[in-house]
Amino acid sequence: MKKYLLFVSLLVVGLLAFAAPLKVAFLYVGPVGDDGWTYAQNLGRLYVQNYFGDKIQTTYIESVPMADAVNVLKTLAQSGYKIIYTTSFSYMEQTAQVAKLFPNVIFENCSGYLIGPNMSAYFGRIYEPEFLTGLVAGAMTKTNKIGYVAAFPTPEVVRGINAFALGVQMVNPKATVQVVWVNDWYNPPTEKEAALSLIGAGCDVIKSETDSPAPLQAAGSKGVYCIGYNTDQSSYAPKTFLTASVFDWGIYYKNDIQSVLDGTWKPQNFWGGLDTGVVNIAPMSDLVPPQVQKLVNAMKEAMKAHTLNVFAGPIYDQSGKLMVPSGQNLSDQALLSMNWFVKGVIGNIPK
Amino acid sequence: MNQDIITSTLSGALRAGTPLLFATLGEILAERAGVLNLGLEGMMLMGAFTGFSVSYITGNLWLAVAAATLVGGLMASLHAFMSITLRVNQVVSGLALVFLGEGLSGFWGHGFVGMQAESFSSIKIPFLGDIPYVGQIVFDRDILVYMGYIAVPVIWWFLYKTTAGMNLRAVGESPEAADARGINVVLTRYIYTVIGGFFSGLAGAYISLAYTPMWVQNMTAGRGWIAVALVIFAIWDPVLALIGAYAFGGISVLQFSFQIIQVPIPVNIMNMFPYLFTIFVMLFASSNKMKKRFGAPSALGVPYSREEKT
Repeated sequence: MKKYLLFVSLLVVGLLAFAAPLKVAFLYVGPVGDDGWTYAQNLGRLYVQNYFGDKIQTTYIESVPMADAVNVLKTLAQSGYKIIYTTSFSYMEQTAQVAKLFPNVIFENCSGYLIGPNMSAYFGRIYEPEFLTGLVAGAMTKTNKIGYVAAFPTPEVVRGINAFALGVQMVNPKATVQVVWVNDWYNPPTEKEAALSLIGAGCDVIKSETDSPAPLQAAGSKGVYCIGYNTDQSSYAPKTFLTASVFDWGIYYKNDIQSVLDGTWKPQNFWGGLDTGVVNIAPMSDLVPPQVQKLVNAMKEAMKAHTLNVFAGPIYDQSGKLMVPSGQNLSDQALLSMNWFVKGVIGNIPK
Repeated sequence: MNQDIITSTLSGALRAGTPLLFATLGEILAERAGVLNLGLEGMMLMGAFTGFSVSYITGNLWLAVAAATLVGGLMASLHAFMSITLRVNQVVSGLALVFLGEGLSGFWGHGFVGMQAESFSSIKIPFLGDIPYVGQIVFDRDILVYMGYIAVPVIWWFLYKTTAGMNLRAVGESPEAADARGINVVLTRYIYTVIGGFFSGLAGAYISLAYTPMWVQNMTAGRGWIAVALVIFAIWDPVLALIGAYAFGGISVLQFSFQIIQVPIPVNIMNMFPYLFTIFVMLFASSNKMKKRFGAPSALGVPYSREEKT
């Protein structure tokens, strides 16, 4: 009788374990209330939680300092989380370090490049929509001066600026893109000052790449066109907002978690473009003339079909030196280490 | 072009300097009474959140500012209770306030992200506002900036020219002597710690209602810490606090003008200057001769108890 009971209880425990939801954790670099990068990440989390329902259980830890990441990751892995997403490049090393200690847990780092037997890297080719928003900016500027509020001079940011400038130059070779570095991912008042300085210098379109909507608000308050980043931030400048380059992380997380549930997960270095839906251009406002919208949509389709490459030669750098000859494309390797500006960009990359 | 940059930099300096000024003035009062409150960042965040949410709900800006100020004072009273009555370590209690403010404002603020609320716009002062250049920079601002102008001479006069101000300084310099003279040390410290909190709450309200009228989490982004440094920079003097706050603010604006006109000074180096200068001031003020005149209040950070000799 006792043996029988033991068997039944073991069976129950086993079934429970089998039916227990897959536990998924997200490590955020900023607060979910930033209305920018982390906000977009959290939308992705909410999307998969809703999509998979009872099958998964998600949690997040926000504003994790780099120095604490290892401890937080260990704690999560020890508390039964089977997939852990770390959503910033600054957690890459720590993620790899902890991944080695927990071979049965899947770790994934956003915007990094390290992978391992139980670790993936994932990111979106945000430069593709950046190019599209550049087309819009180039078409809309009257002073031919476009201001770009940038966070830090990393290859990712430089790549985005270059793609944007290539878009601008394609429709308006006379226009220039003036870059200022905020040296912060997230500092709303300082981001605002950066935008105001650009407006003061005669820029009539402001493109922001930092994490808060403050640059858009600054542009809106001055009646200057603006283009956002991360999420559709049109509410901050309803009268002058043009469009935005946006991430849709939910699509990646859905496919990724599905593969874990199916048992088909493999480590990969995912860098998805417009064709995957992970990156996109936000709906353009009515301020953008129909023929410009048509052009942007045509370019978008061409990129989705891989018939158009943003970094196809000829591409010249700021000094006019030919960097990519006609008929060639920049390799992913070159894109991942990009540290020079294309022609049409004004500003320096601090070395 | 260059003239534009000068005007816009000075104008930006006042804008960026105003929240620093409020928080610094408040902390000067608290520290002059002998209470070190490192929780400015937390109180500012709570002020920013309270101001924005009250403005959003009621549409009344003055109610919003009053609520933000009160909440700042409420948080400071917690610090006062911990550090004056319970006599716990002031650094620890102040840091706790930072985390409390970040946590609560983030938690309660979730629903307010992306909302639009009433905010302050600039009011041009007649005649003065028409003075070329100066008028536009100094006298065509929102009302909170004007409050900053007024607060400085008022606090200066209060600190140096009134009996109450003298008592306040006495409590921070030598609580035993003040006590012997019949000044209520505990009450005095409570009052000025809470007033310090009022100012931090106001600084936060300025950020969410005038500077960048919105609510996003952690939007003060370290300005509370800059104010802590500014108190030392200003050697606990309200007039120097004004200069310091606008100078710190000016540098945060100038870094962008310099990038645009391509001045070859690395931004990182520029951002370092105010702190370098603060360290320099600290070194200068630490010599014995200077300490008497310029140093920190002698009893700063030291809990007072009649029974114990400190």
